[in-house]
Amino acid sequence: MKRSLTIALLIVAAFVIFAYGFSVTQVNLEELGQESRQQALTRILRALAHPDFIAFDQEQVEVNAPVYVPCPAAGEPAYTPDTSGPYMTVTPSCGDPRAEVVVEGVGFAPDTNGVLYFIPDSGVQLQIGRFETDGGGYFQTTVRLRDRESDQAQQLRATTRRNIGNAHLSQNGIDTINKIIETVFMALLATTLGTFLAIPVSFLAARNLMATVTSPVASVALTLILVPLGVWLGGAVTGWLGQTALTLLGDWLPALVGLVVAPVVATILARWAVPPVEKSPPGALVRLLRSIALLAVALLAILAFYLFAALLIAAGERIAPLLGSFAFLGDFIANVGGIIVLVLPIAGALIGGGVFLSIAGRLGNTLADRLSPRTLKAINIVLCAVAGMVLALLIGAAVEWLYQLRQPRLTVVWPAIIGAVLGIIVAVRSRADEPLPLGLAVYGVTRTVLNALRSVEALIMVIVFAVWVGIGPFAGVLALGLHTVAALAKLYSEQVESIANGPLEAVIATGANRLQMIVYAVIPQIVAPYISFTMYRWDINVRMSTIIGFAGGGGIGFLLQQNINLLNYRAASAQIIAIAIVVSLMDYFSSYMRQRVV
Amino acid sequence: MNPILRIEHLTKVYPNGVQALTDVSFDVPRGQFVAVIGLSGSGKSTLLRCINRLVEPTSGKVIFDGVDVTACNDAALRRVRRRIGMIFQHFNLVNRSPVVTNVLAGRLGYVNPVWSLINRFSPADMAKANAQLERVGLADKAGNRADALSGGQQQRVGIARALMQDPALILADEPVASLDPVLAHSIMKHLDQINRDDGVTVLCSLHFLDLVHAYADRVVALNDGKLMFDGLPSEIDDAKFKEIYGKEAERVG
Ligand SMILES: Nc1ncnc2c1ncn2[C@@H]1O[C@H](COP(=O)(O)OP(=O)(O)OP(=O)(O)O)[C@@H](O)[C@H]1O
Ligand SMILES: [Mg+2]
Repeated sequence: MKRSLTIALLIVAAFVIFAYGFSVTQVNLEELGQESRQQALTRILRALAHPDFIAFDQEQVEVNAPVYVPCPAAGEPAYTPDTSGPYMTVTPSCGDPRAEVVVEGVGFAPDTNGVLYFIPDSGVQLQIGRFETDGGGYFQTTVRLRDRESDQAQQLRATTRRNIGNAHLSQNGIDTINKIIETVFMALLATTLGTFLAIPVSFLAARNLMATVTSPVASVALTLILVPLGVWLGGAVTGWLGQTALTLLGDWLPALVGLVVAPVVATILARWAVPPVEKSPPGALVRLLRSIALLAVALLAILAFYLFAALLIAAGERIAPLLGSFAFLGDFIANVGGIIVLVLPIAGALIGGGVFLSIAGRLGNTLADRLSPRTLKAINIVLCAVAGMVLALLIGAAVEWLYQLRQPRLTVVWPAIIGAVLGIIVAVRSRADEPLPLGLAVYGVTRTVLNALRSVEALIMVIVFAVWVGIGPFAGVLALGLHTVAALAKLYSEQVESIANGPLEAVIATGANRLQMIVYAVIPQIVAPYISFTMYRWDINVRMSTIIGFAGGGGIGFLLQQNINLLNYRAASAQIIAIAIVVSLMDYFSSYMRQRVV
Repeated sequence: MNPILRIEHLTKVYPNGVQALTDVSFDVPRGQFVAVIGLSGSGKSTLLRCINRLVEPTSGKVIFDGVDVTACNDAALRRVRRRIGMIFQHFNLVNRSPVVTNVLAGRLGYVNPVWSLINRFSPADMAKANAQLERVGLADKAGNRADALSGGQQQRVGIARALMQDPALILADEPVASLDPVLAHSIMKHLDQINRDDGVTVLCSLHFLDLVHAYADRVVALNDGKLMFDGLPSEIDDAKFKEIYGKEAERVG
């Protein structure tokens, strides 16, 4: 009884849902059958069946025949056409203005179209009709003479076009090929960019790796305080090094010397600071000196990168004009230099953040180890208050930047107070040396951001990027790349979560640290699935990059959309076919590659 | 001489409330071969894993060579761990890596992390790895992928990895439980040899009493997380057996 009632209710519900669905999607069966709609469908299908890929060079063939308007007093003049080529006769060969005459043509190209003109004394071509030859190259048509009188002979002219030479790519064909290449490279760059960023992120989004990362309250608080400082400092120092590099570059010689000396000194310092085997833990002084040396290594490396990048730019711009049609190689070299310059401050900021992160972690651990619980608690309270304040102020700054409230009370004072209070509450409530699940917090944040990013399609992201960097393939690469990071990081991290735990334990049990464990036990287990996911994503990116042009992302989609808007269906057809071919080829290629690795 | 390992009032309660160890205390003198026995679920693995803190003890102390392991911070814990080799029932090799890389992983606690991250080991370590592989009879398999080896061979790689650590103590958690009896004896002989020739202390959980009688100097028995018996293998008579394994248990072998 209850069952059948449920079923009845379900049926009614389904009925309502589908009825509503039909109404909102405007299902209209009458439209399908209408004559005009059917014709439209036929037209577009025929156009699609004739892709505009190939063209012939054409030659115009003109055949003239004299005609008199009106008839001369002497009567109808005789005319003997030259019958060695295509020729035309007009009957009668004279007439009053607007009189009808019959035009016959013989020896034309079979099955072609042509246009008939009336050419008065002034020499202009006045179109008076069209014709179509039969299989024997013959036509006959009736036209009306024009209202131009003259006592001289005037002309009727038949023009047709004739293919000469071999078939070659039409302009549309050339554009299509250029754009499809652009499309494939967009997918390549987006996949590469996305993969490189997704790999580190995927470790942060893997629960099994992050769950064991805990740190004492003091470390967490110090991290919150020091990392923003490190990011800022790293960015600033890198920027300053960039300036130094530029002044050095004023001359070639110091630049080259710098480029040679910096890496050499850096290598020597690194050798000293990072000895291969450590017999016993080094003393505090040695550790300090080593840290300073490593800092110097980092600075020298950044300086060297700047010099290198500047040299690349200069060299690329210098050789590009010399390379002729391979100028893109020179441009590429210059671009690589440009990318390095662009990325270095970000890298510097990240390194700064990383260095301060590890300092904060160690300092916090040392405090937790050395201090008595009561002192530690007092210190924790202070640190947490400051940390809460920093965090809240950063959020406040972001809000201010986005919404421009211009109310310091809302974005500075209150956040600072609330942050400090929350920090104090955390510090008071947690045991002084209790390890907080920092890893799980990072995991949660990473997952949330990734999910949010993934739920916005690249096709929508590109709208923002097109506004930022302008409509074109670069915007497409950025949008696809960002979406790839989010999607791949999720897939990757799930892969990390499913690896065997035993080897991880075994490596940890040898006294390895976390990074060593990742390199020796995690990475070997994930290489193959990572490659396979990357190929899969490459596949998706090729598909996406064919349509991302619809939203301003460049590539073949841009061309396709233009042609559709211009109702140029034959041209659009060429692009659709190109997309189909490339996508299916890539599909095949990537599944072949995936089979090879797994 | 102080014992290599001292366990004091060790208790472990898992987060799900299972009390896996209850107030376990015993000393292990240097060079001893100690077998840990007990029913499945009696806490053998938990005990071994508490010693190098793969499992965090709830209370009690583990003192390894005079160092309080339970009080170590991360860096100190890694220095303790690198001197404690561990051998697992399921070998826990990294399947996709070559055998030699698996063996070299035993040096990770000693080498400078930066170099090891790019897979650089000193020539001395490389030579050592080859020597250990030689010792377990797998010198010709160095380049093979670990999962291309048979179970017995994989366990020997596991032993070589532990030996790379220059261990003072080897923890072996049912090292032969997934091998056939013949292979089991060959693996146990390797452990025995390491124990005798190198003076490495071995703490080995075992399921079969014949193996205990053949190789162990001493037996520690757990029942439901409590230390039930601590003595010579020959002292396990029928009464003791029933105490350790429960009243219904029958002696086989
Ligand atoms: N990670 C864990 N979380 C919760 N409970 C656990 C965990 N590991 C083990 N236990 C429980 O702790 C008890 C002891 O387990 P342990 O693995 O130490 O026994 P064992 O003697 O090694 O058994 P076996 O011979 O089957 O390996 C068991 O009741 C088990 O269910
Ligand atoms: Mg066990």
